[in-house]
Order: sequence, then structure tokens, then C-alpha cells
Amino acid sequence: MAVNILTQTTCYHCGNDCDKDHYVLDGKDFCCAGCKGVYKVLSNSGLCNYYSYNEHPGATRTHVEKRFEYLDDPSIMADLVDFTDENITILTLYIPYIHCSSCIWLLEQLNRFNPAIYYSRIDFLKKQVSLRFNNREISLRQVVELLVDIGYEPLINLQDVIKKQQTGTGDNLVKKIAVAGFCFGNVMLLSFPEYLGLSEYEQTFRHFFGWLNVLFSLPVVFYCGREYFQSAYTNLRNKILNIDFPLALGIAVLFLRTLIEVLTHAGAGFADTLCGLVFFLLVGKFVQRKTYYHISFERDYRSFFPVAVQAVDNGIEKPLPLSALKVGQRIRIRSNEIIPADAILLNGEARIDFSFVTGESAPVTKVWGEVVYAGGRQIGEAIELEVIKPVSQSYLTQLWNNEAFSRSQDNRMQTFNQKVSKYFSIVLLVIALGSLVFWLPVDVYRAFSAFTAVLIVACPCALALSTPFTMSAALSVFDRNFFYLKNTAVVEQLARINTIVLDKTGTITIGGENGVSNNAQLSSYDEQLVYSICSNSAHPLSVQICDYLKGAEKLRVSNYREIAGKGITAWVDGHNVQVGSQSFLTGGVDIAKSTEVHLMINERYAGYFSFVNKYREGLEDIARLAADYKIYLLSGDQDRERKNLLPYFKGEGYMLFNQSPQQKLDFIKALQLAGKKVMMIGDGLNDSGALKQSDLGIAITDNVNNFSPGSDAILDGRSLRLLPAFLKFSKDSITIIHISFFISLCYNLIGLSYAVSGRLSPLIAAILMPLSTATIISFTSIATHLAAKKRKLS
Amino acid sequence: MNIIYFLIGCSVLLALVFLGAFFWAQRNGQHDDLYTPSVRILLDDEPTDKDKK
Repeated sequence: MAVNILTQTTCYHCGNDCDKDHYVLDGKDFCCAGCKGVYKVLSNSGLCNYYSYNEHPGATRTHVEKRFEYLDDPSIMADLVDFTDENITILTLYIPYIHCSSCIWLLEQLNRFNPAIYYSRIDFLKKQVSLRFNNREISLRQVVELLVDIGYEPLINLQDVIKKQQTGTGDNLVKKIAVAGFCFGNVMLLSFPEYLGLSEYEQTFRHFFGWLNVLFSLPVVFYCGREYFQSAYTNLRNKILNIDFPLALGIAVLFLRTLIEVLTHAGAGFADTLCGLVFFLLVGKFVQRKTYYHISFERDYRSFFPVAVQAVDNGIEKPLPLSALKVGQRIRIRSNEIIPADAILLNGEARIDFSFVTGESAPVTKVWGEVVYAGGRQIGEAIELEVIKPVSQSYLTQLWNNEAFSRSQDNRMQTFNQKVSKYFSIVLLVIALGSLVFWLPVDVYRAFSAFTAVLIVACPCALALSTPFTMSAALSVFDRNFFYLKNTAVVEQLARINTIVLDKTGTITIGGENGVSNNAQLSSYDEQLVYSICSNSAHPLSVQICDYLKGAEKLRVSNYREIAGKGITAWVDGHNVQVGSQSFLTGGVDIAKSTEVHLMINERYAGYFSFVNKYREGLEDIARLAADYKIYLLSGDQDRERKNLLPYFKGEGYMLFNQSPQQKLDFIKALQLAGKKVMMIGDGLNDSGALKQSDLGIAITDNVNNFSPGSDAILDGRSLRLLPAFLKFSKDSITIIHISFFISLCYNLIGLSYAVSGRLSPLIAAILMPLSTATIISFTSIATHLAAKKRKLS
Repeated sequence: MNIIYFLIGCSVLLALVFLGAFFWAQRNGQHDDLYTPSVRILLDDEPTDKDKK
């Protein structure tokens, strides 16, 4: 049985170490009451098979305090559900934790917890569960609470409510591919007799097959290939020659020539080449359109805010949808909740973490009557606020909707394909017209035959396919390394970057993790003394010590004195406690390299805490990129860490602190005006403008399902160290595209040598086109794979 | 050799039936989720060993 293999100290439910608290039930160990609770719920329903599909499938439940009263509100309910009548409600929920087969198994057994849930189905890749339940017997809130009880908390936020379910992509590419494939197969079958040679006796079939081929070409040209004509037409009107122009020309010429040859009994036409061309082109388009369902690149502030807040009305608390929040309303914000609107503090002690909005890592203390801006996270006791601006007009929302922050995407870099296809189209037209003019005096029929043949063989099918196939192969390499790109064009942008701008808080430092190391021998009573004195100070180091000693009992503090820049002293429970710099305590000189906080209890030196700045792994590797890239630091934080960070950057001029979101944006803009291609890596809302302005914005996050600002790519924090490899690999991908472009040109030249003479047989076209396509596809996938291996990105 | 006309008609009709079946599956949402069913088929319907409790 699986139970016996487990080591004693890991939690049976989530796999965490059970060192601090230890709970035992049925001979199984649990790390917290939450995990034990989930196990109990499951075992009561006889669903313990959950644990047999995977070891430790559960999410840790150490901190769960969620309130779902707001789900009883009819207006919120109406926005969340897909369909409801007086009996049945159909609902789709996004559950970020879905990660293994156990999850699928358990969530599809919801019926056994409560028979009123008729149906539950998981979409694993989208991390969604669709539910159908009887709303007379179980409410929406109860369903969500059941999910929370078994450890699968759905993520419900304002954006989900507003965006509604986006169903269907609107175009039916798959259908088009199916039709093109169907026609391609049939046309090939009907063209074979022609290629193998028909005897005199079988000549009647020739016309029959010819007409059938024309019939099959009709849907291919007018249904599957329609968008190529549309795109070529709109581009021509805008005076742009893109790759769709020669493609549309090729398709049109192929069809017309086939039609004329069949009508005049002059030949078999090129129906198979036509259908094959369109089929491969559509497949390329399909490959290019790879997307990540479970990651949203277009998140905005709405997905950052909760759906509802606790409003206080005459002392009665009740949940209120955020959209109904009015000026003058009193709201209560608990620990770890986000303040949704600009408000005045009425009650309680506010310690607010604005790191996500401003980049400032130290929490801000606010007192009674002060204005608290939206977007901060309260990290103290519950506070009461009075709203002074509606959600839609708060400082944060306005920042987001700022004109400067919303930028059209059209000044992005031109892709290689766009650049090449312009010249390609011109050269193609020159050769085609040249052969027409050359043959016209000799033989009119041959002249038109050569003219059309050139347009047919030079049709840049392989060229159009090389980019999508290389890029999608590259995308899956990035994807395996936790780097999620919005679309394939981003790979090319990545290759052209020459300037990297890094945010500090949360980007190169790890959010929430403090590198405190204890170099003092403290008894638990001493710890209480230190904790008590530090809890009085708002200095970031004191806050970190408090976090480190979390759980200690608070003692009575008197005669508290804080000497700015030096330390604090006080009488705690009758003992004289001093905390501060070495020079402050002992009168000596500060010799320490790292930040240290020394302790003195009753005039006795008791050791010190040292603070190492925790930077993400791989910052050194990024610093080494300085040879090829200009690297800047752009922080909203104060310059406390300037000294520690200096070794990683070229000089003081490359490090900017105290930057507002607008300043960050302007800095990026200035770099771009100086001709730089800028990549911005950031994590917070304060970076969102800079991320949008930059040529390539990368949002860094420790959990891709968490909120991150809108960006071109999302990078998992663990993979920041791979950034140099990513950059090199993107350059390799571009080289691969160049080589495959060269290969496809070679095929074109072979075809052209037949075509200009006006003697292109349908057979040669029918062989050349699929052959070049197959070469390109196999070359790009193999070469991308090898390049990934070379860069150690497996 | 007139049978060829009939045979080709049959083959095209058959292919059209397959194409129609594909469209039907597409419209029915059978291709919406291509991953989960591959996991689901490996899960047992009924817990076989109750002693895991």
C-alpha cells in the first residue's frame, strides 16, 4: 500500500514536511488541520482512491480563510453562471490547482459528495470544471464551498465576471483544413491515371476526371483559400506587399489555368497542386496559432481585484459586489485582502503592502484619516475604510487606463517574413512578366503557359511554412522551460532585443522571502523580548525580524525609543533591550559586509541577525550578458540595495530607483527613441506601462496562474536563470528560418528553370510542391530540436 | 468500364460521409478537449480496494 512507502514526516495529503505541527488520522500524517480536514471529507465519502493515483496529490491547506457569502448575491450569481433556470444551474469554474489525474478523478466524482450535483467534467488543459447542479438543493455558494473543502478552490475574480465566457474562436480553421484535406485526397486519386498514362480507350475518363477535379477545386479556392484573397486585397490597398499576395496570385493562377485546360481539353491542369498548396498553407496557419488556454496574457486590474467586499452598514457586515460600491460606503478589509478603491482609513491600524502597485517593498503604515490608495494589500489586523472614489476612478484604475499605457501594437518590429516577401513578390512578378514578354513574339500560347507556370512554381508555400513550423517548435521548447510566449511572433522579437531592463522588487528579488539568518543564541524568552521590541518599529528590518520570530508572545514594552538610522531601545518586561547597528550598541565601527542587526539584552551582547538579500538564481548569468546587451535596473523602490546590486550592473548610471510607473514608461520610450530594442522584465502593476511600451514585455511570476500584468510573455521565476539561453536560442531559431528560406529558394529555382521555358508539366509541379514542403517541415523541426539541445534547453 | 463512374461516385460519397462525420464531431465539441479523455480512460469507475480508507 502506498501509505507504507511514505516517510514519516511528509504530509499524506500535500507532501509538505510535517515538522512544526503534526496531525495524525488513520495512521497517516498531516502537516496541518486543513490537510487532515480534506482527508476526512474524502474518507467519509469513500473517495480515498484519490491518493492511489498519485502520491500527495493535494494542495497544502495551511492558510485557508475564504469567505464566499458574496456568492449568495443574485447579481454576482447571474454573472458567474453560464445558464440557470428554476431547477438547473450550469457553471464553469477555473481551478488553478488542477494538475494531475487524481484531480480529474476526484472532481468528476462530486456527485458522491452531494447528489444534487448531476454532472462535473474537467477540461485539464484549461483547468476548468463544468458543473450542472440542482439549484433547489444546493446553492452556488455551497458548491464553491464544497470545492474549497476538498482542496480545490476556484479562482473567481472580476475579470471572469466581466469578460463572460469566450466561446469559439470565431473562425473555423479546422473545418477549412478538413475540407482542403478531403479535396486534396480525392483530387490526388483522380489525377493519378493522368500521370500514369491513359490509353486511347480510356480517353473519355480524362474529361470526366478533369471536371471532377475542377469541382473539387471550387470549395478549396472559394472556401478554404478565401482569406488569402481578402488579406492580399486589403494589403494591396494599404500599399503593402505581404506574403499573402504571391500566395493568392498562385492560387488564382492555378485555378484559372486548371479551369481553362479542362475546358479546352488542353491538359489535366494543376488541381492537385492547388489543393495540396492550400491544405499545407492552412496546416501551417494552424500550427502557428498555438495558444495557452490556461494562461492569460491580457489580464488587467480587474482580475487583480476581488469580486466583492465586506460592506459595513450600521454595524452590520454584508458582502457587496465591487460594481455596486459607492462613494461614502464603509468597507472592512481583513488581513491579506486587497483594497479595491481609494478610501479613508476610519478604524484600525493599517499596514499596507503596496509592492505590487509601486514596487516599494516595505509596507506603508497609515493612520486614522489618511487616504489609502486602491491596490494595496492589508497585512495587519482588520481595518475599516470609507470609500472616497468609485472603483473605476481610483488612482490604480486610472493609471491602468492611462492613454500612454494603451498603445497600438503596429509599431512593433517587422518580421523577417514580412521583409522578405516584399522583395520576393517583386522579383516573382518581374520573372513572370519577363518570360511572358520573351515568348510573346514566338508563341502566344507558350507565353501564357510560361507566365502562369512561373507564378505557380514560385508560389512561396515553403517560405510561408518555414516560419510557423520553426516558431511553434521553438515555442514548445520555451514552454518546456516554463517560459510562455503569447504567440510565435514573440520569438522573433526576442532575437532582436539589444537592451534589457529589469525591475527589482519581485523580479530579481523574490517576493515575500526574506533571507534572515540567526547568529544569536536566544532562549525562547529572549526571542519574546526581541519580538516585542521589534513589533513596535515599522523599519523594514524590524518587520523582517518580526516575521522571522513569528509566533512569539508579545510582552509589555515601555520607554521605547527609536534613533533613526541607528536602532531601537526599550524596557521590555523589566529588561533593557537594545537592537540596532553594531556601532550603536558597542560603539565600535561597522565592519560587516552584509546588513546586520545586533542585539543587546541587559547590557549583554546577545549576537546578531544578518540579512542576505535574496536574489533570484541566475542574476550573475544575466549580468554576464552585459557584453552583448545593455542592462538596466528600473526600480520603484528606494535605493537601500544600491550597493548590493552594483556588482551586477555596469555602473550607477544603469540603476534607477524611486521610479514612478510613468517614469518607467518614459525611460523605456527614451531608450527606444535612441534606437534600442528594449525588453522589459517586470512583475507588478507599476511595471505594466513599461511592459506595454517595451518591444518585448515579460511578466515574471512564481505561479503562472496568479495575477500578472498584461505582457508578451510570462516567465516562471525559476527559469530566470535560463534567460541567456533563451536569448541565444531565439537567435538560433531565426538562423533556422533563414536557412529554410534558402532551401525553399533552391526549390523555387529548380521549378523556375522548367517554368520559364513554358514546359512545366503538372506532374513536376505536383512532385515539387509537396517535396519542398516536406523538406522544410522536417528541416525546421530537426534543426530546432538540435539547437535546443545545444543551448541545454531540453 | 462504365462501372468506373459508379465506383468513383461511391468513393466520393463515402468520403463525404466521413467529412460530414468530422464536421458533426467538431460541432459537437468532441475536439474541444483533446487531453482529458486520455487520462480519464485510465481511471477506474469504482474504487476496487476499499481497504485504502
